[in-house]
Amino acid sequence: MHSFIFQIAHICARRAEQAELRCEHGAANVTECAALGQSILNLTRLCGMSGHKQYEGPDMTRIDAKFADLKAAGKKAFVTYVMAGDPTYDSALEVVKGLPTAGVDIIELGLPFTDPMADGPTIQLAGQRALEAGMTLEKTLQMVRDFRETDDTTPIVLMGYYNPIYSRGVTRFLAEAKEAGIDGMIVVDLPPEEDSELCIPAQKAGLNFIRLATPTTDDKRLPKVLTNTSGFVYYVSINGITGAAAAQASNVGPEVARIKAATDLPIIVGFGIRTPQNARDIASVADGAVVGSAIVDEIGAGKSPAEVLAFVKSLADGAHSA
Amino acid sequence: MADDLLNSFTTGPDEQGRFGDFGGRFVSETLMPLILDLEAQYEYARTDDSFWAEMNDLWTNYVGRPSPLYYAERLTEHLGGAKVYLKRDELNHTGAHKINNVLGQIILARRMGKSRIIAETGAGQHGVATATVCAKFGLKCVVYMGAHDVERQAPNVFRMKLLGAEVVPVTSGRGTLKDAMNDALRDWVTNVEDTFYCIGTVAGPHPYPAMVRDFQAIIGKEARAQMLEQEGRLPDTLIAAIGGGSNAMGLFFPFLDDKDVGIIGVEAGGKGVNAKMEHCASLTGGRPGVLHGNRTYLLQDDDGQILEGFSISAGLDYPGIGPEHAWLHDIGRAQYVSITDVEALEAFQLCCELEGIIPALEPSHALAHVMKIAPELPADHLICMNMCGRGDKDIFTVAAALGIEMNTGA
Repeated sequence: MHSFIFQIAHICARRAEQAELRCEHGAANVTECAALGQSILNLTRLCGMSGHKQYEGPDMTRIDAKFADLKAAGKKAFVTYVMAGDPTYDSALEVVKGLPTAGVDIIELGLPFTDPMADGPTIQLAGQRALEAGMTLEKTLQMVRDFRETDDTTPIVLMGYYNPIYSRGVTRFLAEAKEAGIDGMIVVDLPPEEDSELCIPAQKAGLNFIRLATPTTDDKRLPKVLTNTSGFVYYVSINGITGAAAAQASNVGPEVARIKAATDLPIIVGFGIRTPQNARDIASVADGAVVGSAIVDEIGAGKSPAEVLAFVKSLADGAHSA
Repeated sequence: MADDLLNSFTTGPDEQGRFGDFGGRFVSETLMPLILDLEAQYEYARTDDSFWAEMNDLWTNYVGRPSPLYYAERLTEHLGGAKVYLKRDELNHTGAHKINNVLGQIILARRMGKSRIIAETGAGQHGVATATVCAKFGLKCVVYMGAHDVERQAPNVFRMKLLGAEVVPVTSGRGTLKDAMNDALRDWVTNVEDTFYCIGTVAGPHPYPAMVRDFQAIIGKEARAQMLEQEGRLPDTLIAAIGGGSNAMGLFFPFLDDKDVGIIGVEAGGKGVNAKMEHCASLTGGRPGVLHGNRTYLLQDDDGQILEGFSISAGLDYPGIGPEHAWLHDIGRAQYVSITDVEALEAFQLCCELEGIIPALEPSHALAHVMKIAPELPADHLICMNMCGRGDKDIFTVAAALGIEMNTGA
């Protein structure tokens, strides 16, 4: 029943968009627009959603559903990052498939790129391993499809850099990402100033566009960073690259509170979290914690998927004890 | 034409830092506030007389500007066609055009209260210029340089160290200019409070492409006045080498609205612009993409992964090009060609023998194109080529390429 309503809402939303377009272009039949607008309003009310819709995100993704579940259970989110195809397609898929059982609530899947400017050596090397093993955007999408064969609830957020997406073509990529089962994306080199590139088209295509907020995002800039974002906000706990300095909960707490005052979205904290204790400390002052480099280090050290997943479980237990 | 702003080629970039579809601000959120701050500071400085007074004083008394516009008589006779002038920016302090821009950025950094300067360098010329100006002003200087370039540009590495800079060899990727820029960006994102990133070319996020162009435009402004004085008219053709494209943009910019002045940029063709990608010709062999903060033409594979360029010249060994060049290429205001390593080496030797000037390998590419077109042009055709750097740093590379053994003492 739910999915039926969502489908109807989706269709109506699309028709409303078309109607809006016609209105904008001044060639509209005003009665038609008004009537359609009214019926949309009724339907979105029926679904329990806001009638006002301006790119603040798709109606309901797996990410939104996950946070609703976690909130109901009084639990914090544990989020992990692994690089697609590191060190091989099969081993990475085995790890990704095992993450939900190990306690991972949301999976960030790294899209390999030759020039990861915001990443430290750990993730740089992971990208190189994946690329050397022949990983591509096409195969990354395939990995998500393979994952979705057995898991239709765990959200997947694609994380990477813009050029591979731009190279494929934004419209084509968004259609493929949605079809493959990706729920959201974090694109490091797309700040709000470049929202027209991918952020707004992504949200229109039904994908969450998750933004990074950082210690340099001051109060004046924060509203801009929070506009056109959805799913959750990823707070980068340090000025620096992935895998660098350790985050301190005492520093992070006030920053999370500052962002929380400006948005209803969940705040997830990442960068510099390496141990179950770190994960617990950070998760206790936010809505969840992300661990990336510490896990990728295990993969880089040649640990088996089972060993990697055992480590992930210890981190998940830490975060969930918060 | 020049007084009609609507039809001017010199009004870019727009408020989003775009030249047409190129340029922009593709950086992580951590850097965004820093870039906006820099933009505001630069906007203020560019109309501030005291800023330009300080620049002019240093250009005159520290760099040695204006650089001469020199009629290359024997080269002209040898080629038997167009009259060839060389804009002698290799005579600047530190031996290249790079210091024109560094002075501007360091004065800005001082105004912004930054105490630590970082830079990327390929051939080492920008690194040497940055280390030099940092020494003059007592600023801490860290230069990122690809490990491969550290090896092939040993004299410049030693120069930077003498000048008190810390040189960090970059081993990620293939260890060239692209990788050095990645590591410089990683440093900047880690040290946001006290650090100023001094970019050496007309690339990177807005406002760098416009700011570096404005600092390098002194080359074209001087050349324009000098040509008018010596020949009573403007040149017919401008020619400059392009890696990122700062010396070329500096020469071209003041002439963009002179519709009778032909403009040619020369990219590094390496072993030849072919399917094997053993070159650095982004415009002739690449396609639009996003890297290092801007959209421009890039060498990349079908999956949008960036390819390593290849050139005998470390200063041209970069898979991208400044976004304003990408735009000038697309609208057809400038023409872009490529020259191979072999052609550049021939030009290098010819210039030494005929003019007593040892050119850097970078302008040797421009000179090789002059050698190609000058013989076919009439004697009253005026070519102005930017001799943007001297070749002392390259003698070991050239010796190796010519099969001559030298004891480098390194």
